[in-house]
Amino acid sequence: MTLRVGVVVFPGSNDDRDAMRAVRLLGGEAVAVWHRDGKLPEVDAVILPGGFSYGDYLRTGAIARFAPAMAAVRAFAAAGGPVLGICNGFQILCEAGLLPGALIRNRGLAFVCRWVHVRTEGAREGWPEGEVLPVPIKHGEGQFVATPEELERIEGERLVALRYSSSEGLVDERYNPNGSAHGIAGLWNAAGNVLGMMPHPEHAVDPDLGPTGGLQVFEWLFAAARAFAGARPQPAPV
Amino acid sequence: MRFRFEVVVTLREGLLDPQGKTIREALPALGWPNVAEIRVGKHIELVLEAESEAEARAQVEDMARRFLSNPVIEDFRVLAGEGAR
Repeated sequence: MTLRVGVVVFPGSNDDRDAMRAVRLLGGEAVAVWHRDGKLPEVDAVILPGGFSYGDYLRTGAIARFAPAMAAVRAFAAAGGPVLGICNGFQILCEAGLLPGALIRNRGLAFVCRWVHVRTEGAREGWPEGEVLPVPIKHGEGQFVATPEELERIEGERLVALRYSSSEGLVDERYNPNGSAHGIAGLWNAAGNVLGMMPHPEHAVDPDLGPTGGLQVFEWLFAAARAFAGARPQPAPV
Repeated sequence: MRFRFEVVVTLREGLLDPQGKTIREALPALGWPNVAEIRVGKHIELVLEAESEAEARAQVEDMARRFLSNPVIEDFRVLAGEGAR
């Protein structure tokens, strides 16, 4: 069965094509979803891509959060559908309250564009613990912040998915590119079907173009999509 | 009736404000070594139609809470009327 992955396109999205290409490279079918569509086509997973939705006006993700497509994505996530938010997509998920915390201007103010390593946490189907992934980041507002109580809850409930690390998997402030609290680069929601991350897995899936640390992220997305598609009531044969 | 409001949004106390910090660090070189703190925020002006000032203010505060600020990271103040300018 070919899995169908919807990629929401906001005005200002610019990594939607790469996300769709990555989905196809892994054998899935990619479906573009326009931000004004209040209804999702039949899909097994959704990606909120990177970019600068609505020009990042007001705050990153603040306006995208109210897009008609986001109401559909919220319902999809509530029904257990897997959702992956990348960079601006992560910022949108935080603004929408689907993930805790927020992303603010990088410590040091500079836009960061380079390869980093991140270490996986919160093992689940399709997601191993302690894997070190080489992936690129490119963001001006990627500093993850949350209140001390919220950070305690995030750690207590094991909601961290990725932390910035050395190539050996050592988590240390030296490897934190933007000042994120606890070196957090990616987060799960409590149910484990929504993943938000600042690094760009969709730019790291093709061995012809460099390291392929992004494959692990899509492997999780596909595993979750397969489980979700399998659990969904199938239409009766005609 | 029309009412004018201004909403000031700043990063919450206790959160490092990277822009404020950078501006403060530039000031000694310009001859102001005595600035202890700077916080950078947003200034949003609104004019809206409502039955009364109380109703207008309630709407602006709702907007500020739900949209103009993010309570995870920001505080806001609503300034109203002539005092706003």
